[in-house]
Amino acid sequence: MDAIDVEGLKRRYAQGFEAVRGVSFSVREGELFALLGTNGAGKTSTVELLEGLARPSAGRVRVLGFDPYAERAALRPRTGVMLQEGGVPSELTVTETVRMWAGCTTEARPVPEVLAQVGLSGRRADVRVKQLSGGERRRLDLALALIGRPEVLFLDEPTTGMDPEGRRATWELVRELRAGGTTVLLTTHYLEEAEELADRLAIMHDGRIASVGTPEQVAATRPSSIRFLLPEGVAPAQLPLSVPAAVQGRRVEIRTERLQHSLTELLLWAREMKVDLQGLHARTASLEEAFLEIARESPDDEGPDSSTGTDGSDAWEPKEATHV
Amino acid sequence: MSTATVNTAPRASAGAVRRMRALGRAELTLLMRNKSAMFVTLFLPAMMTFAMRESAGSLDLSGTGLSPGTVLVPGAIGYVLLFAVYGNLLGVYVTRREETVLKRLRTGETRDAEILAGASLPAVLLGTAQCIVLLTGGAVLLHLSAPERPELVVAGVLLGTVMMVAAAAASSVFTRTSESAQITAFPLMMISLIGSGVVLPLDVMPDRIADVCSWLPLSPVMRLVRDGWTGELSGLESLKMLGLALLWTALAVFAVSRWFRWEPRR
Repeated sequence: MDAIDVEGLKRRYAQGFEAVRGVSFSVREGELFALLGTNGAGKTSTVELLEGLARPSAGRVRVLGFDPYAERAALRPRTGVMLQEGGVPSELTVTETVRMWAGCTTEARPVPEVLAQVGLSGRRADVRVKQLSGGERRRLDLALALIGRPEVLFLDEPTTGMDPEGRRATWELVRELRAGGTTVLLTTHYLEEAEELADRLAIMHDGRIASVGTPEQVAATRPSSIRFLLPEGVAPAQLPLSVPAAVQGRRVEIRTERLQHSLTELLLWAREMKVDLQGLHARTASLEEAFLEIARESPDDEGPDSSTGTDGSDAWEPKEATHV
Repeated sequence: MSTATVNTAPRASAGAVRRMRALGRAELTLLMRNKSAMFVTLFLPAMMTFAMRESAGSLDLSGTGLSPGTVLVPGAIGYVLLFAVYGNLLGVYVTRREETVLKRLRTGETRDAEILAGASLPAVLLGTAQCIVLLTGGAVLLHLSAPERPELVVAGVLLGTVMMVAAAAASSVFTRTSESAQITAFPLMMISLIGSGVVLPLDVMPDRIADVCSWLPLSPVMRLVRDGWTGELSGLESLKMLGLALLWTALAVFAVSRWFRWEPRR
């Protein structure tokens, strides 16, 4: 059975803004699934529906087979939640906060054990929440999410505000939980985090899922690229016809769905022309490219080719390009 | 299905008690760390009562069946309900909402009503304890005879407490920040202090104004406490007062269930 099953999910706020516009995905038991997207992509709005904090305006959510909003009482003892921010009274100490949550949780784990797990035991345990650093607060929040040994764990941007060391430690902890069989749904705008942790991920953009699969599959949905410098004395028009190329000055970039085929064609052409392709560079798309390209797409859905980049720094600029 | 429900019912209610106790304990810790809230909760009601003893002594109470003592001591209950319970809890609900504590709690096992009830426990318990102290202490100091209808006094205190908890939660709907809670608490406090017979009993007001004022939320509570003490309340009248107090409480509970905000506005 899928631990999380989402179908045609929509969420419209009272003011009429539609933050989630038809999202479908499923997360298998024991899987770590990441929702990746820029700020405002609809990640948190989606996760709040999965957590049962709000009722969707359309569509269906099932977590462990339950409707998280209507069947709250049955589901809550089996899930753990870390919201994007806050959620703890600032004047309580770390221990008092965890003790309060333990009192609100069925079969809660011992407070010292949970604090040790997130690295907040010892002297930090008696510090008021308001005196914690941003990263420590996130770890306290994580402790609360873990106190009931959840089967499904929702982590909304769990490492925001953490220093690199804290982030590594949190990743390690999340990996351990996953190894122990916990299903984890994580949102993040850190690519590295999704790449490090996720079995599968979905890139959200403008309230929809733009791409879903393993990190490799998502990257592969974007064209591979071949780059080289146009040899002296060769006009762009002489490049092989079947390979569409963008030329900027002497820099040539070819984007292709069939890397091997295009590369072969290009190399055969170079041999025939007896030219050296300096700076030749061929590679499949990375997750980062897939992410950036989706993030660049205009919110009005004009299709993947309507690049709206305003500066020509590193972006592929079809308007300046010469198609041969 | 039905057998399962029967089996889990006692366990579920035990869980509810445990959860509310955990929340109440945390709220008590928070209250003790908040000096201004401590002052309002523990000292303001007694101070107000003390400050009003002059004016109570100078009232013309002929024909009302009241004495300065039965004006002052029930008035103390009004101060406790308005300051220690209502004003205090309004700040608590708004602050917890703005800190996203309420939203966070809703992701856990605690049910909505348990969250609001659990957070109200310190105010409710301290308020009730103060009512007992002020009623007995005031009665002894001002040489009052024992209440004629103690059950009505108790009913007034309990109904008033529940009404003030619900009113605090309802008032948080139109209170944006914990600072503005001091302003939004003002209307109910003022109309109750003046119009519901907390400072001055309705008996000394002109009849027409007293009739209108007797319908205000805290008026039936004050009547139950004051006239229950003196024994001036007929059976029918006391039922009417109980009904009116319940009606206002139900209205506040309805408003909470309908409009309560669990998270800050974005």
